Amino acid sequence: MSETLTFLDTLKARDSQREPEPTWIAARRQAGAARFEAMGFPTRRDEEWKYTNVRDIAQGNFALAADGDFSPASAAALTLPLEAYRLTFVDGVFAPALSDVQGLPEGVEVLPLSQALADNHEAVGGPLGRLTGVEFSAFAALNTAFMEEGAVIRLAAGCVVEKPILLQFLSRQNDTPIMCHPRVLVEAGGRSEATLVEHYAGDADAKNFTNIVSELFLSRGAILTHYKLQEAPLGDYHIASIHVEQERDSRYVSHNMDLGGALVRNDLISDLNGKGGEATFNGLFFGQGRQHVDNHTKVNHNAPLTFSNENYKGILDDRAHGVFNGRVYVKRDSQQIEGFQSNQNLLLSDRARIDAKPELEIYADDVKCSHGTTTGQLDQDAVFALRTRGLDEQSARGLLTLAFAGEVLEGVALDVIAERVELAVAGKLPERFNLTGLVETAAALNE
Amino acid sequence: MLEVNDLHVSVEGNEILKGLTLTINAGEVHAIMGPNGSGKSTLSAVIAGKEEYEVTQGTITYEGRDVLEMAIEDRARAGLLLGFQYPVEIPGVKNIYLLKAALNAQRAARGEGEIPAPEFMKLIKAKIADMKMDASFLQRAVNEGFSGGEKKRNEILQMLVLQPHLAMLDEIDSGLDIDAMRVVSDGINSLRNAERAILLVTHYQRLLDYVVPDYVHVLVDGRIVKSGDAELARELEANGYEGIEESAA
Repeated sequence: MSETLTFLDTLKARDSQREPEPTWIAARRQAGAARFEAMGFPTRRDEEWKYTNVRDIAQGNFALAADGDFSPASAAALTLPLEAYRLTFVDGVFAPALSDVQGLPEGVEVLPLSQALADNHEAVGGPLGRLTGVEFSAFAALNTAFMEEGAVIRLAAGCVVEKPILLQFLSRQNDTPIMCHPRVLVEAGGRSEATLVEHYAGDADAKNFTNIVSELFLSRGAILTHYKLQEAPLGDYHIASIHVEQERDSRYVSHNMDLGGALVRNDLISDLNGKGGEATFNGLFFGQGRQHVDNHTKVNHNAPLTFSNENYKGILDDRAHGVFNGRVYVKRDSQQIEGFQSNQNLLLSDRARIDAKPELEIYADDVKCSHGTTTGQLDQDAVFALRTRGLDEQSARGLLTLAFAGEVLEGVALDVIAERVELAVAGKLPERFNLTGLVETAAALNE
Repeated sequence: MLEVNDLHVSVEGNEILKGLTLTINAGEVHAIMGPNGSGKSTLSAVIAGKEEYEVTQGTITYEGRDVLEMAIEDRARAGLLLGFQYPVEIPGVKNIYLLKAALNAQRAARGEGEIPAPEFMKLIKAKIADMKMDASFLQRAVNEGFSGGEKKRNEILQMLVLQPHLAMLDEIDSGLDIDAMRVVSDGINSLRNAERAILLVTHYQRLLDYVVPDYVHVLVDGRIVKSGDAELARELEANGYEGIEESAA
C-alpha cells in the first residue's frame, strides 16, 4: 500500500499548487484518487493482470514534468515525416512550438485538453469519463486523479478531414523519471471521416511512465482510422486504455503497433451499439530483450448486424514476454453478427514467451464467429524454397519473419507508417538474419 | 557438368530411385520422362537438397564437387537451380526481396559485392518484361494468390535473374495454357547456351515441341530404361509408356 501512497503524495502536492478548478473536475479527481487508493495497483492474482506484473511501475517514484521543452532538432529526428495536423506533448506537457494545427477544415477542432477546458469545460465534462470511468482499472482511476493535459478532437457532422491528425508524445531522458496521464477525447459526428495517428517516441535512455486514457465516440456513419505507433524508449512504461463507442453504420479501424517500451499494456475496447457498426483491430507487437507487451482487446457486439475483424501478430525474441487476450462478446439476441479473431505469434528464441487467450462469449444463435491463436515456427517448406534460391537458413528465416510482420502492414494506408514499421522490425531483428539493404529496395521501387 | 552414378534414393523406407545413372554436359538439354510414380521428380528434388530424401547408395557430382556434401543454399549459389512443380506460396515475402536476396547471396559466394540498386532495377525490369509479367508482381508476395501459370512464369523469372549453370525444371509445363507455354518456353530457350545445361522433367511431350531436347530419357520404376533423342519423346506420345515398361520388365 505504501506504493499507492507515493502516488497519492505526488497528487496532493500537485493539488496544492493547482489553480481553482470547476467543481466537476475536482470531484472526478477525488473519485479517481479514492478509487485508486481502494484498488491499489493490480497484482498477478487479478485475472485481468495474470501475466503482467506492474511492480516496476508501482515501486517507481515518478515526478510530474515541470515543462515541455524538447530540442527541435531531436524532435525533428523522432517525428513521423507525415503531413498532418499535429499536437505534441513532451512528458505529457503540451509543446506549442512543436505543434501546428493551422488550416483545419471548418467544423473540425483539434485542441490540447487544457485549451478545451479553458474554452468550455462543460463541453468536455459531458463525454469525459463516460466510456472509461474510474472503475475500469487502477490505472484509469490514477489517470482521472492526475488528468491535466491531452487532446480533444471534435468533428462536426459530415466533416471529412483529408490530412491525418497526429498526436505526438515524446519522452525525455530526465534525472528523475517522469509520469504523465494524458486524456484523449474524440467526438466524431455523423458521417464524419478522419485519420488519427498516435505516435510515441523519445530519448533512447528515457525511463518514464505514460498512462493514457482515450475515449472515442463515433456517431452514426462516422469513419475513424486510428493508428497507434508505439516506439517509446526501451526503458519507458506504457499503459494505454482506448475505449470506442460506435453508433449505427460507423466504422472504426485500429492499427496498433507496439515496438518500444519496457512494459506495455494496451486495453482496446469497442462497443458496437448500432446496426451496421464495424470494428477492425489490426495489431503487431515486437519484443526483444526483456520487453513485456500485453494486449487486451474486447469487442462488444451490443447490437444485431454488427461486424468485427481482429488480427494480431506478435514476434518475440530473447526473453521478451507477450500477452494477447482477445474477447468477442455477443449480447443476448444480437443476431446476424460476424466476429472474427486471429492471433499468431512467432517466437525467435527458446526463452521468449507468449500467453495467448482468445475468448468468445455468445448469447445469440444466429452469429458467425471464429477465433484462433497459433504460436510457432516458420513454414519449413518456405525456408527450403528460399534456400534453393541461395539464401542461407538465417536469411531465409529473417525474410519470413519480416514477412510475418508485413502481413499486418498490408492494411496500412499510410505508407510512411508501413515503411517505418517494416524498417524498424527489420532493424530490430537479429543481425544473423541479414536483412539490411533489402527493405530499402522495395521502398525505392515505390518511388 | 553433372554426373549421377548408380543413385538409390528412399523416402520413408520406400526405395524410389533404384540405381539411376545420368551424365549431363554443358550445352545440353536433357528431358526425363516417365509415368506417374516413376521417380522423375525425386531426382531433381534430391539434387536440389530436399531433406526428406535419403540417398542410400551412389553419387552425384556437379562441376567436380560432391553435391550431397553441399548445403542446399551452396548448391544454388554454385548455379544448380530447381524450378518447382508446385512453387511454394510465401505470404508476405515480396518477389523483389527474394530476387535481390538470392542474387546477392550468389554474388557473395563468388566474392562479389552487392549489386548496386540501379543496376538491379534495370536487370529486373528487363527480365520481367521478357516474361510478359507486370511490374506489380515485384511488390506482390511470392506466388501468393498466383494462378498456376503465373507461378510457373515466376519460377522462370527467377532463373532468368539468377542465370543458373544447370537449371532443373520439374514439370514446368503443368498448369500452363498455350500462351503461357510459349512465354515459359521462350524463357527456357533464352537460357540455352554452350556453357549451360538444362534438365527438364515432364510427363508430356508438349513442352518438348517448344524446347527441343538433345537427349530424352525414360524413367520407369526408378531406373532409366531407355535413352534417345527428341524422336523418342514423339514415340512416347504416340504409343504411351506401356510398351517401354513391358520391354523393361
